[in-house]
Amino acid sequence: MRFQALLAAMLFTMAASPLAADTRSDAKKQVEFGISVAQKGLWREAIYRWERATEIDPTYAAAHNNLAIAYEHEGELNKARAAYEKALQLEPNNSYIKQNYELFKEINDRTTRKDGQ
Amino acid sequence: MTARLARTVSSAALVLLTAACTNYYEIPIETPIRPKLDVSAFQRVLVAGFVSGGTDDVDANLETTRLLRSQLRTKSELRVIDTDVLPLMDVANESNSQGSGGSSATSTQAPIKDEKDLEPYERVFANVEYWKKVGEEYQQPLIVTGTVMFTPHQRNSIVQREEEVYDSFGRRRVVPVRTYMERKGYILRPKFIFIDGRSGTVMHSENFREEILYNANQTTPALSSYFELMDRLIPSFLSTLSSQKIKGTRILLQ
Repeated sequence: MRFQALLAAMLFTMAASPLAADTRSDAKKQVEFGISVAQKGLWREAIYRWERATEIDPTYAAAHNNLAIAYEHEGELNKARAAYEKALQLEPNNSYIKQNYELFKEINDRTTRKDGQ
Repeated sequence: MTARLARTVSSAALVLLTAACTNYYEIPIETPIRPKLDVSAFQRVLVAGFVSGGTDDVDANLETTRLLRSQLRTKSELRVIDTDVLPLMDVANESNSQGSGGSSATSTQAPIKDEKDLEPYERVFANVEYWKKVGEEYQQPLIVTGTVMFTPHQRNSIVQREEEVYDSFGRRRVVPVRTYMERKGYILRPKFIFIDGRSGTVMHSENFREEILYNANQTTPALSSYFELMDRLIPSFLSTLSSQKIKGTRILLQ
């Protein structure tokens, strides 16, 4: 009985792994395409691609980070903040995301600063 | 020898692996910042002048008016009205003396040394009739006015500075040293008030505070300090009236 349960668990893991890998691989394709179009200045298309990537794989921190940058470039600062925070929640020790977020906060704080605060 | 080679190869592989795992691309971005104030109803802007005080070394009223006009000329879409600065202190004195039967006129003619001295003049900004009249005279522009305090400042505190030291082998090192120092400088406290030239009412106001301190033996002209401090807050002032684009770089990740 125990052996059967172990076998079932092993089979489930083996079946699930390629699924997860496929999900990440599909999301990665969207992220890569987003990067290539962003480098050409096509930020709306990049946003579409990175939004797709986060839908396909919501745990993909890089996709959230890139999406935040694109939102920032489009002036959608509330959306940018949310995306940065999601990216940091997924990868709290990623120094690139932390650096991007710090730079973003500097600009965002300047725009929301009122009465000399 | 083989062990050392293996170690070198493995460490090189580790570096390559780390670089391969973190695919990143630096990309320039321009973040558009929307203006805090909707000024689409105005074609012209009048920087009317300021009630100023703090030090006699700098005429903060004239300098601020000149600086803001030149900044607005190049960095906003509004047409800047060139005219003499308005005698705001006289207007405030006049309205104060009218309000109290002439008795307080002398009290507001004293030099403005601190924030408290500014208080009697603050009422001029709420004088809707006066600003409406100014608005009519200049074809109902957006009016920028307010107060500017530029005051000398002194503070004794512990400062960290770097010092060169040489060890017994004559090697130079730079070490941080904490010393108690007397420091002098200035505090700039402007309050920008935006008035609707059509109605004479205040639309928006913003307070700023910037401070600069130098070593006590350093002699920096007051006007240089004034411009240095104004430079810091000009972007915030401009972002109230016109959209700005802030350039920067970010890291895209794969």
